[in-house]
Amino acid sequence: MDPPRFSAPSRVLIVAGKGGVGKTTVSAAIAYLGAASGLDVLIVEVEGKSGLPELFGHADSLAYEEAVLLEAGEAGIGSGSVRARTLTPDDALVEYLDDRGLGKISRRLRTTGTLDVIATAVPGIKDILVLGKVKQLEVAAAASGSPGLIVVDAPAAGHAVTFLSSAYGLVEAAAVGPIRSQALEVSEMLSDPERCQVTVVTLPEETPVNEAADTAFNLEDRASVKLTPIVVNGVWPRITVPGRLEAEQYGLSQEEATRIESAVEFRLARQDLQAEQLSRLASLLPLEQVRLPYLFSVDLDLEATRTLALELGRQLERPQP
Amino acid sequence: MTERSTLDDLLLRREVVICAGPGGVGKTTCAAAIALHGARLGLRSCVVTIDPAKRLGDALGVASLTNEPHRVEIDPPAAPGGGLWALMLDTKSTFDEVVTRYSASPEQAQAILSNRLYRNISGVLGGTQEYMAMEKLYALHSSGLYDVIVVDTPPTRHALDFVDAPGRLMRFLDNRVFRLLMSPTRVGLRAIGAATNLLLRAVSKVVGGAVVNDAVAFFTAFEGMEQGFRDRAAKVSALLSDPRTGFVVITTPRREAVNEAIFFADRLSGSSDRVDALIANRMFPSFGALPPAMTGVLTDDTKDPDVGSAARILTDFEKISSKEENHISELAKRLPGTTIVRVPFLSADVHDLGGLDEIQRLLFAPG
Repeated sequence: MDPPRFSAPSRVLIVAGKGGVGKTTVSAAIAYLGAASGLDVLIVEVEGKSGLPELFGHADSLAYEEAVLLEAGEAGIGSGSVRARTLTPDDALVEYLDDRGLGKISRRLRTTGTLDVIATAVPGIKDILVLGKVKQLEVAAAASGSPGLIVVDAPAAGHAVTFLSSAYGLVEAAAVGPIRSQALEVSEMLSDPERCQVTVVTLPEETPVNEAADTAFNLEDRASVKLTPIVVNGVWPRITVPGRLEAEQYGLSQEEATRIESAVEFRLARQDLQAEQLSRLASLLPLEQVRLPYLFSVDLDLEATRTLALELGRQLERPQP
Repeated sequence: MTERSTLDDLLLRREVVICAGPGGVGKTTCAAAIALHGARLGLRSCVVTIDPAKRLGDALGVASLTNEPHRVEIDPPAAPGGGLWALMLDTKSTFDEVVTRYSASPEQAQAILSNRLYRNISGVLGGTQEYMAMEKLYALHSSGLYDVIVVDTPPTRHALDFVDAPGRLMRFLDNRVFRLLMSPTRVGLRAIGAATNLLLRAVSKVVGGAVVNDAVAFFTAFEGMEQGFRDRAAKVSALLSDPRTGFVVITTPRREAVNEAIFFADRLSGSSDRVDALIANRMFPSFGALPPAMTGVLTDDTKDPDVGSAARILTDFEKISSKEENHISELAKRLPGTTIVRVPFLSADVHDLGGLDEIQRLLFAPG
């Protein structure tokens, strides 16, 4: 398989979207697809809480230490792999201070509440520390010469804009010294499509569509990032069914026939609503759409991740219109 | 006399109803529908929304920032004596109001309001939104203008942030390191401990001395007000654990949401609070199992592909619906004695008063 047009040639892909739209599911599918095309993928979870391991058939929760979610050769994967870790602002700060020989004060910064005061006085500092660490991982991966991809499961939509525009805010606020240079380096990474791109995820529903369009425009304007095609998650595969069911032909009772008809009506009504929202999204946002199917399953697992990844790959290989 | 649902009892017995649960489960919609029902029961009912989706906000008349309750015209109208009010919480204005109302002098208020660090608090410090929702609730409740106040809670990754918010803000306002610095006449900069001095010098080195100065200025300006915050936080905590307050946990039947709801309910019942009702929102409707006569078409629909797809729709739905029901039964087992109200996933989305009516009807159906 060709390296997906999705992330290529970027080494960092940031996945953003409103809570509940399936950001983590899409991150997992992208990671699987990347691994299937031979990349070593690292998923970075910034909120310290995630259903990610289950999507790869693991039960343990994520930690600061990298965990292997998918090994080379496993589940139809060739030489690629998927690893994951958390990277919360607190983690990033501790590392940042350690790297500068200030490790000893990091504990005291937290226990005395000074960290909260700093974070409030310098909005965006936590975001810049997290993104700075992502940048450090990206630079290290680039230097190692091995084909890799870092997928960042970003904070919920509104926060994603703040998260990604923090670098510019800090550069403008001209915070001094180390933080300012950190912010400059992060903004260089974000605005370089060869290094980093952002994927917005949404659902074919009214509010998620509105928010996705807002997020996408804000990200382009305020964070100067390049957007990949937008991923619409949970799209019901389109079906057509006849108006009436020949109940007698199948020996169905009237009650049974009515039940089936109601189910079909419900399905068609929801499907029409979705179609309406998909075209509304297209008119609001001039961005190619990739549509992932709703899987009719409450709890997703590795098989589901694989199905979504393959569908993602299939749609991305289509020639562009 | 019509039969009453348990949620009716909730509205009649409680003065405050807190709607809590994970993000993205329909909390705002449920809170609004509960308040709407209060109005129809003849109560003066006020809903505090946090961040309603645009069309729902429009429908409630709170789309433009209104930090004060605003009367919503409803049809069919409220029962005699009752009415529906709605407001959208504006964290920043609420904080400003609190500072203005409780400062010792207009000069103190001005010094706080114009401080750079203060201006960032509502946007940056975690828990501030939750805390201000509580301040707003406290003000509305003490006004005595409403029979019941229904509070939507901010979307948080961790539902517990809401309960912990007052403590978090208090810890911030009580910050010892900066309080040591703030009154040089009494303590003297040189008198602070060597460790603290080192800490602040390190902070200055990384983020600049201006940050330390802003912080010192903030805590200086704020001096004397933290006791008032502490007192009100204590009163709000008391109101929350008082029988006048009821909790409704809202969730969807998905695994992650259910786990979070269990965690949250456990935490609430650990204190003197308790969960009055659990709303399982957006349950997939069940249309029953596939009639035996039709099982054949699932494996071979060459004769009649349309019937095959109808059969698959039914089995897909049944599969999801029974899985969801399992999650909710699991939840029910963990919360014995708690009423569980199931609200089906509708064939259309809710974004106007008509949609709210339908949710209200489903929530309050007797039995």
